Amino acid sequence: MSEAVMDPTGTKGVVHDFSRDKQAFGVPWGKAMMWIFLLSDTFIFSCFLVGYMSVRISTTDPWPIPSEVFALSFGGDPIPLILIAIMTFILITSSGTMAMAVNMGYRKNRKATFWLMVATAALGASFVGMQAFEWTKLIVDEGVRPWANPMGAAQFGSTFFMITGFHGMHVSAGVIYLLVIANRVRNGFYEKRGGNYEIVEITGLYWHFVDLVWVFIFAFFYLW
Amino acid sequence: MASEEGQQHPLSIYFWIWGLLFVLSFFSYMVDYLNFQGGVRWALILTFMFLKAGFIIAIFMHMKWERLALKIAILGPPVAILVLIWLMSAEGFYIEDTRVDYYGESTFEAEPVHH
Repeated sequence: MSEAVMDPTGTKGVVHDFSRDKQAFGVPWGKAMMWIFLLSDTFIFSCFLVGYMSVRISTTDPWPIPSEVFALSFGGDPIPLILIAIMTFILITSSGTMAMAVNMGYRKNRKATFWLMVATAALGASFVGMQAFEWTKLIVDEGVRPWANPMGAAQFGSTFFMITGFHGMHVSAGVIYLLVIANRVRNGFYEKRGGNYEIVEITGLYWHFVDLVWVFIFAFFYLW
Repeated sequence: MASEEGQQHPLSIYFWIWGLLFVLSFFSYMVDYLNFQGGVRWALILTFMFLKAGFIIAIFMHMKWERLALKIAILGPPVAILVLIWLMSAEGFYIEDTRVDYYGESTFEAEPVHH
């Protein structure tokens, strides 16, 4: 009897019970939790995209042609989807710098990790900036509203603003998240915790996910 | 598999995948630029999309090197979305038919896009 360890009761017991599980999947808990969060986020974005599919199928009005709506003119003939293409390349570039940051983190190269994360955040911020430009152009010049637009089905505006808005919010949150972690890498916060840079990989998972969602939005909203 | 030191892989693999993602993105943009239409367009869009998504998940997100349990736990559930897509597309086509039956074809006159 005396050797049996008594489990705590009350609120302490709740915390004890919820945290007593052993480590699963052979990954740190932070990474497992990020994956599970991303899984739930996958379902949110999937619901948005499936909702977009439903309204696009069910409307009898013509769907505005994204290739024309999102064309941009630099003085000459409008180039189809050019801004979206640039935004896609920016996001892929930022995914690359993020992957490098993760790698440098595990090599305990703090300086390189910090600057690569800052570069990733800067690319993300420029993506959001371009999105703001795109929204402005669409709202002010083209007269697109969530309830109507001059080019075709009203659902175009509502799904466009909802899906790209939610994605843009993810990018913005990611930029802040990146800068917070980058600053901690720089000021030696993780050195005091045994020099463990797994957090950089976890941040990276979130960032790559944002890029991943864009791949689907690009395919289904802009190209389809 | 993840060691105690976490996911450490040679830099070259990231550069390769990075380059590949650029090429695939360029190809998907070309699908629009060269104005492919119909089944070919959809097949190309989906092919490039799945290739890009696959490389991002497998290499950049390190899923390739994770344990099978994690792969199944994370990549398995999204398969259920296929059922939702199937149901909602069937529903969408039904609603469209109903609208045409009751309200008639669309009389929407599109204004040209100005740049």
